[in-house]
Amino acid sequence: MGPLPLDVPVPGASFSDLLELVGASPTFSVPEGANVPSAPEGTTVLALRYHNGVVMAGDRRATEGNLVAHRRIQKVFQADHYSAVAIAGTAGLAIDMVKLFQVELEHYEKIEGIRLSLEGKASFLARLVRGQLPMAFQGLVVVPLFAGYDERLEFGRVYSFDVVGGRYEEIDFGSTGSGSRLARSYLRTTYEDDMTGDDAAALAVQALVSASQEDTATGGPDLRRRIFPNVLRIDSDGVEELSDDVIAPIAESAMETIR
Amino acid sequence: MTIPFYVAPEQLVRDKAEFARKGIARGRSIVAVDYSGGVLLLGENPSTVLHKISEVYDRIAFAGVGKYNEFETLRKAGIRQADLMGYLYSRDDVTAMGLATAFAQTLGTIFTRDPKPFEVEVLIAEIPEDNGEHRLFRISYDGTLYDERNYVAIGGRAEQLTEALEELWHEGLSLEEAFAAGVEAFRRVEDRESEGWEAAVLEDTNGRRAFRRLDVEQFIGK
Repeated sequence: MGPLPLDVPVPGASFSDLLELVGASPTFSVPEGANVPSAPEGTTVLALRYHNGVVMAGDRRATEGNLVAHRRIQKVFQADHYSAVAIAGTAGLAIDMVKLFQVELEHYEKIEGIRLSLEGKASFLARLVRGQLPMAFQGLVVVPLFAGYDERLEFGRVYSFDVVGGRYEEIDFGSTGSGSRLARSYLRTTYEDDMTGDDAAALAVQALVSASQEDTATGGPDLRRRIFPNVLRIDSDGVEELSDDVIAPIAESAMETIR
Repeated sequence: MTIPFYVAPEQLVRDKAEFARKGIARGRSIVAVDYSGGVLLLGENPSTVLHKISEVYDRIAFAGVGKYNEFETLRKAGIRQADLMGYLYSRDDVTAMGLATAFAQTLGTIFTRDPKPFEVEVLIAEIPEDNGEHRLFRISYDGTLYDERNYVAIGGRAEQLTEALEELWHEGLSLEEAFAAGVEAFRRVEDRESEGWEAAVLEDTNGRRAFRRLDVEQFIGK
C-alpha cells in the first residue's frame, strides 16, 4: 500500500466518485458498428411487500441465446443491513454494478457515520443504471430491482427501474427480467395486503415457479440437483437469507400444485 | 533580496515535535485492550456525535486523538484507501499492517514537508480472520509506527495509561473485565471524574463487519 490518498480532490462520501478520481471507474465503450459479444443474461427476479417488510426472490438460471449458461447463478444480493438488490440483464455487468453499489452504501455509512435513506440508496442505484446507458444501446442491458426496509418510515419498500435509469416505487410488488410479465400476472391475482413474511416468501417462490412454466429462460426449482430460488426477507431486524432447507418444501409444494 | 534565516534541521525537528506533543497533550487519551472475544477501544469523550473511534474495514478499527479535524481527515483517507483496495482486489487484501504503514508514511511526510505537523496520534486495531493474535498499531505525529501487544494507549497520558494497564491486564479478560480495566486505568491516571465515555469493539460474533459501538451505560453500572 502506498501513502494515503490525501491529495486527491475530496470526493465527499461517494465511493464511485472516488473511483472516478483515481481513474479506476468501470466505464468502457464499445466501438461503433462492432459486433457485441453474446454474454450470459440473468432472467427473472421479483420483490413484494408484506405487512412489516419485503421479500425478494430470484430464479437461478442465466441464459446465452437459447442455451443455459449457468444453473446456479445468484441474482439476489444483500446490499446493506436493510436493503437488497436483484438483477436482470447482462449478468457480468450487473454483478459488477451490485458490487459497486454494495461498496458505495458501506463507504457512505463509514465516512458519514450514518446510513443513506432508502430513497437515497434507490436514487444512487438509478444513477448507476443510467451510467450503463451507452452499453444498453449496444444491447448489453442491466435492469435491477431494489427493495428494503425504510428505517425512518418503518415499512418495506420496492423500487423498479427501467433501462434509462428511471426509478419507480411499487406499492405492492415489482419484477424484472424475461419472466417478469408472467410473474407479475401471477402475483396480480394472488397478492394480498398485510401478508405475513412466511406467506410472502411462499408466494414469491410460487410466482417464480409459475413464470418458469411459460418462459424457458426462467429456471424452476431443480429438485434432483437441489437448486432452489434465492429468497431474502427484510424487516426491522435487517436482511435474512432463507436457507435451502426452508425453501425446499415451499418449492416442492409449488411444483406439485402447478398445472 | 532577502535571505531566509537559516534554521538547523535538528532545531526545526525539535520545535515541530514539541509543538505537536503540546497539541496532543491537550486532548483526551484512548486505550485499546485485548479481551478473549476481541479488542475493546475506549476513550473519554464528552460528545456523543463527534467520534474518535470508528470502523475502517471489515475487521479493522481506527482511533485518533489530538486535533479533531486532522485525525478526521486521516480517518476518511484511511477508509477511502481500504475501500479502494478491497474493491479493486479482494476484501482479504486489506490488512491493518498495510493501512498502518500507509498512515505512518503519510504522517511522516506531513511532519517533514509541511510547516505545521499534524497534532495527532492514531491507533489501528485488527482481529485477524483465522483467530490469530490481535494486531494493535500506534502511529505518532511524526509517522513513527509501533507494533503493540495486548493493550496500547495513545494521547497525552499514553505512557501513564500503559503503565496502569500493565498492572490491570491479564490473559483471558471478558469484555466486562476489559472495560472495567480500561476505566480503572483512566481513573488512576486522570484523577478526576470522566465526562463521558466512547467505546467500541471488534468482535468475531458480529459477522463480516466486526465493528460495533458499545452502549456505555450498560457497562458503567457493573
